[in-house]
Amino acid sequence: MGATQSAPDRALVEFEGVTCGYDGEPVLRDVDLAIPRGGFVGIVGPSGAGKTTLLRSIVGVVPRVEGRITVGGRIVGRGATPGVGWVPQLETVDWQFPATVREVVLMGRWAERRWRAWASKDDRQRVDRLLDRLGIGGLADRHIRQLSGGQQQRVFLARAMIGDPSLLLLDEPTSGVDLKTRDDILHLLAELNADGITIVLTTHELNTVAAHLPWVVCVNGRVIAEGDPDQIFTSAILGRTYGADLRVVRQDGIILVADAAPHRLRDALRHRHDGFEHAHHEHVGPDHEHRESDGAPPS
Amino acid sequence: MSLVTEPFAYEFFRQGLFASVLVGALCGMLGVYIILRRMSYIGHGLSHSVFGGAVVGYVASINFYLAAGLWGFLSALAINATARRRRIGADAAIGIITTASFAIGVALISKTRSFTRNFEAALFGNILGVTPTDLIIVAVVTIAVAAFILLFYKPLLFMTFDVEVAPIYGVNIGVVDSLFALAMAATIVASINVVGVTLIAATLVIPSTTARLLTDSFGRMIVISTIIGAVAGVLGMYVSYWLDISSGATIVLLEAAGFLVVFVATTVTRRRRSWTEQPVSTLVHDRTGDDLG
Repeated sequence: MGATQSAPDRALVEFEGVTCGYDGEPVLRDVDLAIPRGGFVGIVGPSGAGKTTLLRSIVGVVPRVEGRITVGGRIVGRGATPGVGWVPQLETVDWQFPATVREVVLMGRWAERRWRAWASKDDRQRVDRLLDRLGIGGLADRHIRQLSGGQQQRVFLARAMIGDPSLLLLDEPTSGVDLKTRDDILHLLAELNADGITIVLTTHELNTVAAHLPWVVCVNGRVIAEGDPDQIFTSAILGRTYGADLRVVRQDGIILVADAAPHRLRDALRHRHDGFEHAHHEHVGPDHEHRESDGAPPS
Repeated sequence: MSLVTEPFAYEFFRQGLFASVLVGALCGMLGVYIILRRMSYIGHGLSHSVFGGAVVGYVASINFYLAAGLWGFLSALAINATARRRRIGADAAIGIITTASFAIGVALISKTRSFTRNFEAALFGNILGVTPTDLIIVAVVTIAVAAFILLFYKPLLFMTFDVEVAPIYGVNIGVVDSLFALAMAATIVASINVVGVTLIAATLVIPSTTARLLTDSFGRMIVISTIIGAVAGVLGMYVSYWLDISSGATIVLLEAAGFLVVFVATTVTRRRRSWTEQPVSTLVHDRTGDDLG
């Protein structure tokens, strides 16, 4: 395989006819995908569509039925994929676990001097430098629970980056965090991307996350479409991805995707009429809708 | 002073002390992983499994350590394999495998009553019966498990913290998990003569839970838990000698008392700290709450 050394313009991650899944049941079929070096890619799709499976297959932890995946020209197989950092969904982290920020970040470097239990001076300095760079310097000896949502996300970002990866994979990095944190995280990722790190993330937030990314892959059991959201966020493509009636509104370079189902539409309308909200009465909908919440039947 | 030095005149006490210090430290050390992986029930179940293996070994006149150790290790692997089938919960898998093993032991004992006494010792521990061979086994297992934890510190920590993400970073879960099962089976077999089948779970769980209350760092938790276990081993032997009560029960009761003290102390200090740091708004809120109530 030495002959296929990656040319500069060659894609960093390549899926060639990949079918993969768990327990012999494919979650994704016939995926052909190329993620360029330096790319910033979002994967969108409904729940259970295979977003996370697509991400996990890049690091070789999803059993493959057919096809092959390469990262930097190397075929992904069993064992770790070198040069890749993984950031899990924050909701999956056990926050009661007794671990300091430093202990968590150093997990990302476990394979260096793997038989040595304690951290070297070099390890400690690397952690300190990285935490400074990510804006959470001085928190190394805190317990992971004693941090804000944004700081917690940065800790796991630091664990992914301690091995100097060229590719960062993030599973729903903006789920479960507040608006400001979400923007902070996206800006931080954009900075890292500007430093040359390729970034691939999954998200279920079309308007607030995916629409701002330069490249988006729509997934539902297979790749439905990929491209610049300006081009591929259309009712037809999103409808096929989500199996729902979605409307796409474009105004002043802003893309807004709205679910035509009533409850989702109401949320979307609130976004559109943001600022006018206070000029209106609270009771927009029919009265009985408001009683629903407090009119729970006595048990 | 003589209270401390006097029992040293007896060989059984010296051997018992040596064994109980090692077993206390060993269980304290491994217990950290067991509680963090929420495997307390496995620890409890495995000791019962091992009992079944020991009886089978006795009847078939196979070496106790070989039979019990192999049986325990296979039970641990069987639990892992059964629990991986999605329709069976891990707790149910443990219940089935370990209780069936235990039942085999009970059935064989009820059939041949001649060795009931030995197995009373296995159930409740009998430190007076610790032989030099037992001591060597305890020492070897302690050294081996300590070496395992030291050498596999990083992958073990990663796997314990997040078993989903660790393989992504290259941790071979299959290997580390099997070695861990082996360490657990060895620990239980080595501890049986000191604390007994019925009390092993406590020596695994109490020191580590106490240590958890005292620190937020994983590394420090292991050190503290090991020390608590060893100290409980020493004190337990003395108290058991002075008061003439079972050594296993004494060790467990001391550990439980230690946990209680730490639990109360940390709860009080935490409450006091949160009281002094409580923002004004919260205090006001509390008062309005009272008014409403």
